[in-house]
Amino acid sequence: MSSEKPKVSPEFETSGMNLQETELTLGLPGESRTQKSGTKRGFSETVDLCPGSTSAGKEEQSENEISGTTKPPTAKEQKVGWPPVRAFRKNLMKNCKYVKVAVDGAPYLRKVDLEMYCSYQQLLGALEEMFTCFTIRDVLNERRLMDPLNGVEYVPTYEDKDGDWMLVGDVPWKMFVESCKRLRLMKYSEAIGFAPRTPPKCSSSGC
Amino acid sequence: MMMNYFPDEVLEHVFNFLTSHKDRNAVSMVCKSWYRVERFSREKVFIGNCYAIDPERLISRFPRVRSLTLKGKPHFADFNLVPPDWGGFVYPWIEAMVKLGVHLEELRLKRMVVSDESLELLSRSFVSFKSLVLVSCEGFTTDGLAAIASNCRFLRELDLQENEIEDRRGHWLSCFPDSCTSLISLNFACLKGEVNLATLERLVARCHNLRSLRLNHVVPLDTLQKILGKAPQLVDLGAGAFVHDPDSETLNKLKNAIQKCTSIRSLSGFLEVAPCCLPAIYPMCLNLTSLNLSYAPGIHNNELIKLIRHCRKLQRLWILDVIGDKGLGVVASTCKELQELRVFPSDLYGVGNAAVTEEGLVAISAGCPKLNSVLYFCQQVTNAALITVAKNCPNFIRFRLCTLNPTIADPVTMQPLDEGFGAIVQSCKGLKRLSLSGLLTDQVFLYIGMYAEQLEMLSVAFAGGTDMGMLYVLNGCRKLKKLEIMDSPFGDVALLADIGKYETMRSLWMSSCEVTLGACKTIAKKMPRLNVEIIDEGDQMETSPDDRHRVEKMYLYRSLVGHRRDAPDFVRTL
Repeated sequence: MSSEKPKVSPEFETSGMNLQETELTLGLPGESRTQKSGTKRGFSETVDLCPGSTSAGKEEQSENEISGTTKPPTAKEQKVGWPPVRAFRKNLMKNCKYVKVAVDGAPYLRKVDLEMYCSYQQLLGALEEMFTCFTIRDVLNERRLMDPLNGVEYVPTYEDKDGDWMLVGDVPWKMFVESCKRLRLMKYSEAIGFAPRTPPKCSSSGC
Repeated sequence: MMMNYFPDEVLEHVFNFLTSHKDRNAVSMVCKSWYRVERFSREKVFIGNCYAIDPERLISRFPRVRSLTLKGKPHFADFNLVPPDWGGFVYPWIEAMVKLGVHLEELRLKRMVVSDESLELLSRSFVSFKSLVLVSCEGFTTDGLAAIASNCRFLRELDLQENEIEDRRGHWLSCFPDSCTSLISLNFACLKGEVNLATLERLVARCHNLRSLRLNHVVPLDTLQKILGKAPQLVDLGAGAFVHDPDSETLNKLKNAIQKCTSIRSLSGFLEVAPCCLPAIYPMCLNLTSLNLSYAPGIHNNELIKLIRHCRKLQRLWILDVIGDKGLGVVASTCKELQELRVFPSDLYGVGNAAVTEEGLVAISAGCPKLNSVLYFCQQVTNAALITVAKNCPNFIRFRLCTLNPTIADPVTMQPLDEGFGAIVQSCKGLKRLSLSGLLTDQVFLYIGMYAEQLEMLSVAFAGGTDMGMLYVLNGCRKLKKLEIMDSPFGDVALLADIGKYETMRSLWMSSCEVTLGACKTIAKKMPRLNVEIIDEGDQMETSPDDRHRVEKMYLYRSLVGHRRDAPDFVRTL
């Protein structure tokens, strides 16, 4: 597997510019550059130029992609062995997938670790606990949260890696975890613009 | 000499009071009879490099060895610089000890490859085996642990720290027989898989001497609550998952159990955590001397701060940089007994920014007079800050600073950080370990060579300008034992200037430097008691190797037993 991937050539390491970001690849538009995880050949730190791989070790690179201007770490910082953190510890950090949760009308945001849940049901349950005024309602197999005090319903939506706002629940759970950047509980009245959904899938995605 | 007229038993009795290896090594050199008495009475042996000696020779010198500590791979293996299968196998050691009738009771391994076969052999061969401590090891599965649990009847300690363990889901914990009541310390925090919770509870309940228990992430809070109820005598606790509905009965029970655990002095874990549950542990914080929250990215800045305000007796603190400079200010004003601080980076996969700067470190140095050991990952650091820290803390034994950008200059003056680190080595006369980072020229090495008289270990990355840098260190640091250098422009002139020096050191690692194959060969030829190993990961030596060829990775170490016979293909011993 590793022999096919082009190595980061020496000029990248010394130029100080993140030339890899401008390099043409075969990836689809909006595809994130993935990093290999845990390979012991020593390239775990260098950006993987292979398109479309969906290995478990995908990391959030989208901030680097979107803004060429805010200086991302130079290629030197992605050097093998730097920063000097044990693989064990690095893997621990990798397993967290913290995303912000915004609720329309609430004054501050919360954060949830998506890796802590196995299914949409669990996630919604956690959101229900976090914003304790809500209860989960299943309306026509769509999951919504409702504030019983004022009867306002909220629809869980999320922003994906492409920057699009999507309805929570359409894709398999794991795919959702990988692509979700943040969550927003949108007031149903605002969400009314969503097209009616295709016939619902049978079950909440399990682990 | 009066001591020569004492019978051996008296000498032995006196030597028993010497606990450090260095002291024991020193007395063994005094004269032949002391050497003899010392070697027959030595029970604890420390081997810093498993390839410096072989087990047969070790056992023939110390036949009564009961406790063995072994270290395998070079330190930079921690950061993926050493390919897998490099070496560091423990099996030959265990095999030799079995063959030669050693009564092994304790085995402590760091950065070694441990197979299930090794563990099985170990468990079946030494009847009084008591203690197994594995740190940063790999190569085994839970089957190996099952063997230890099943066969070591008098096991007191099973301590697994940051190992890569394949989980075979074989209920290893259930292999502890009902008759096992001897456990004092059990740490399986690094395990990824399930454990049978009922079995765990029963095990804890029957081991009345259990002092230290560190759970993995699958052990939920309600099991923790039950365990604490059964083991109120615990001194060291590693919580697994700490997630629950804060208003539940379970959490109330936990709070009650915690009230009764008055001996807990050390806390770690919280591998998964719901911050709203944290107040339950505040009563524990009052007496804590050691707190490790570096595995708990789920605890946010303000919760961390609230918790730390309760920890007035802390001597050791390991945290993530989410604490921020302000949080470190709170540490500085609360933890007046602090001796050791480690701040780890939390954002390794994002943009790569650290949440702390030099300000946090300065605050700690000003507020914590007993501080002597620091590991600090930060965004930036200034010379002024380092100079202040040096002035505030002349007692550093270990100082490791890591800027996330490895060649960042002082952001205020845009100067290299030579003066800052220079101040550290000048002020901290007892400094034994130093790690540098940031923009650094040969000047910093001049300071190190001049002032760091007690320095034993130095880690260098992306630093220096010419061979002079390395030369300053080799010429100046008399007590240097380990030198590891990556990505720095040191070459043959520095490497070859004083090759006798390397026999006084444990090892030298140089990667991505300017040393050539020819220079490495020269050392190997002239110094038979040094092993010079080149790690060649494929494309370097395809054509016939030219002596002028730059060597990508070199590891050299002193050894009494010549070339190792277990080197893989990609390691070439010259």
